Amino acid sequence: MSLDEVPESRRERDLALDKLEAQSVFVIREAFKKFDKVGMLWSIGKDSSVMLWLVRKAFFGHIPFPMLHVDTQYKIPEMIKFRDELAKKWNFELIVETNWEVYNSKKTFPEGNATRVECCSALKKDALQAIISKNGFDAVFAGIRRDEEGTRAKERYFSPRGKAFEWDFKDQPPELWDQFKTDFEPGTHIRVHPLLHWTEVNIWEYIEREGIPVVPVYYDMGDGCRYRSLGCEPCTSRVESPAKTAEDIIVELKRTKIAERSTRAQDQEAEDAFERLRAEGYM
Amino acid sequence: MTAQPKTKSSQQPATPEDNQALEAAPLRIVIVGHVDHGKSTLVGRLFHDTGSLPEGKKEAIEKSCERRGVPFEWAFLMDAFKSERDQNITIDTAQIWFATDKRRYVIIDAPGHKEFLKNMITGAAQADAALLLIAADEGVQEQSRRHGYLLSMLGVKQVFVVVNKMDRVGYDQAVFDNIEREYRQYLSTIGVDPLGFIPVSARDGDNVAERSPHTGWYGGGTITDVLDDFEVPARDEKAPLRFYVQDIYRFDHRRILAGRIESGSLSVGDKLVFLPGGKESTVQSIETWSAPEKTTAVAGESVGITLSEQIFVERGHVAAQAEGEQRAATSNRVKARVFWMGQKSLDVGRPVKIKLCTAEVPAKLARIDRVFDASTLEVHTSQKDKINKNDVAEVEFVTEQPIAFDAADVIAPSGRFVVVDGYDLAGGGVIYDAPYDVAADAPAAPSHLPVSSEERSRRFGHQGGVVWLSGKGPRLEFARALERQLFDAGFATAMVDDGLLEGADNRAVLACARQLAKAGLLCIAIPPERVVPRFAGVAQFFPVRVGREGDSPDTLVVDPEQTGLADAADKVLAHIGPRLKRGVEEWFYEI
Repeated sequence: MSLDEVPESRRERDLALDKLEAQSVFVIREAFKKFDKVGMLWSIGKDSSVMLWLVRKAFFGHIPFPMLHVDTQYKIPEMIKFRDELAKKWNFELIVETNWEVYNSKKTFPEGNATRVECCSALKKDALQAIISKNGFDAVFAGIRRDEEGTRAKERYFSPRGKAFEWDFKDQPPELWDQFKTDFEPGTHIRVHPLLHWTEVNIWEYIEREGIPVVPVYYDMGDGCRYRSLGCEPCTSRVESPAKTAEDIIVELKRTKIAERSTRAQDQEAEDAFERLRAEGYM
Repeated sequence: MTAQPKTKSSQQPATPEDNQALEAAPLRIVIVGHVDHGKSTLVGRLFHDTGSLPEGKKEAIEKSCERRGVPFEWAFLMDAFKSERDQNITIDTAQIWFATDKRRYVIIDAPGHKEFLKNMITGAAQADAALLLIAADEGVQEQSRRHGYLLSMLGVKQVFVVVNKMDRVGYDQAVFDNIEREYRQYLSTIGVDPLGFIPVSARDGDNVAERSPHTGWYGGGTITDVLDDFEVPARDEKAPLRFYVQDIYRFDHRRILAGRIESGSLSVGDKLVFLPGGKESTVQSIETWSAPEKTTAVAGESVGITLSEQIFVERGHVAAQAEGEQRAATSNRVKARVFWMGQKSLDVGRPVKIKLCTAEVPAKLARIDRVFDASTLEVHTSQKDKINKNDVAEVEFVTEQPIAFDAADVIAPSGRFVVVDGYDLAGGGVIYDAPYDVAADAPAAPSHLPVSSEERSRRFGHQGGVVWLSGKGPRLEFARALERQLFDAGFATAMVDDGLLEGADNRAVLACARQLAKAGLLCIAIPPERVVPRFAGVAQFFPVRVGREGDSPDTLVVDPEQTGLADAADKVLAHIGPRLKRGVEEWFYEI
């Protein structure tokens, strides 16, 4: 197909995606240059898969730092299969961390011994802190987006975390003209958010254009249902959707007015549940 | 009455894919203004009236209000944080997305509270356009002025002023007109020409997405019309190349220079010069991964290139085209307007760090020319040794090593920097003057020029300068009368307008006028857009507004239709004559 035959709307979309990509690549390269030890939180979801793809864009096919996965042991099984296959295929370093102490003691929500938020706090937040301190990371990438929900809308590209991993959202550093906070006190670390300016639709448009592999449960699983957002199996529900391709999902998302994280039960537990989790150090 | 949503979500056009504008990158809008003048309310209302709210969002907020025993407010939509709802103040920049029929938007909600200036700056620095809110019942306040000034400094060029809470003043046109007059007057003193003013009641939805039945006297559009009229700033692909090296990778036996093109473009085969240092090499390839091969890259792209001859280059160096384009200036002295957000004051002589694009260099404040209050523009004359939090100042930094930069009006991205104090990003600066064509290690005097500026001013008997005509009056007619008058008074004059430079924009007219001024002439410029550039890059720059009444401190106003051409020209002559001639002697010895 010659350039003239590309529909105008498609060209506009490509230009918009190019712009998003360029900004993310700039952020990724900036963090890689400014910090000695970096890792990338890879939740195996669509966003972090796009982020991983952008790393390969930034470094011309290479993945020069490890992917970190916080495994609660309750994840949707297809996610774990996808994780191990991709790590092998793309040949990158994968570090997996589980809070075995809590998991084995059964003080979890699926066992009926904790609320959802308490369970998240132990299996996700605490394991995340462990992975960062054990490996001594100065900076970790996280694939959050501003359009996901209110607290994430307030994030910075380079977001400092205190010694206890807390996020002081009331006193964030200014960030202007793409100058990020790259100087920090020893003992603190930085969360880097290269996808901050993307939307859910952008993610799918990019997955579609680039042919990025995602966990198959994002598409109609044969019974007219699919996952819109991936998490732990007991706390994540599916949506009714016949979408079989990224393109189907894009059309669907442009018509929906239901929030992306509405299928994530822990967010709904208390009005400010997510905000509190994030302030304490969750991604 | 609730306005009918006017977007795709309610009306369902054929398919979303049909609308090409909705595929383009969203326009980024910042909403600023004095605390409690209704920014968050406007955003909440705008979302509702354009049908952009997620399902159940309004109901959820209504329920939460009921639980808390407070009346429902639109502002709660933006204030996602619990603590914010308690304080009733937006504490940080938040962003949300919505769309009209024409295109998509990102709204950046910037807080108005003085303590949160840094958040306002973070929000505004990334915006393509701004809505500036003023409450009709309170009128122009300190933050209205300060935010107007900061928008101008941060380079936000499209500004529309929203006079909110019109319901509180009975939709009175006189109140609206007074605010418009007062605020326009202020904005003109800082060189901002707002696109317009609009009367609104955000709470009731008047003139938000629907025309208000209460403002029959107002002939303009609604907020959504205003938004749709903003233009997406074009990428600066035609400007001189600035490619700031971000990092150098060695992958698969290739040495790749990674970085972003801040302006201009580069192609395989182009000869580049790297500054500081001035080493030259040729672009051998533009590297890509999982993308079509390419031979040209333009402004905005993050790229990697290889060079045909290996030269020493490091992060912070900037590549310019070696031939045919203006190179960046290189110096260890940087003159800028700065704003300070740090808890600790910025003292003359105290070590800090400057970050400009990818360049980072230790620096010290060498001199403070003036510190002024951004809301009153009042100069604190006695303050010569430090800049306090929330101050704005004109200063000079001296850096440990030379860095490459531009004047912001020439190339914006390489004409601004941040100041890091300790671990914190504590200030920002916009460079208003750059020593082009002077090598970093050369003495300050431009000795390589065949004719020096002092020789020129001795020949002509005055310094070169630019008279910049804005305003809605008969500019061309006035310019002709003025040139005659100035010429008769002994000035060597010239005139530049867009008729002379076919299809020229303001920047081209300014560049031409600046060149003539450097040649020692007094140049009268008639720019196609009737706005005053914030940073002219000329020492002797005189903005003159033709045709509007009322004087202002920095801009001379003449009204030839009232006073006649000759009197108006006399007024200009009286204003600039002594400044240009007086300067000659002192200026000669200074250089």
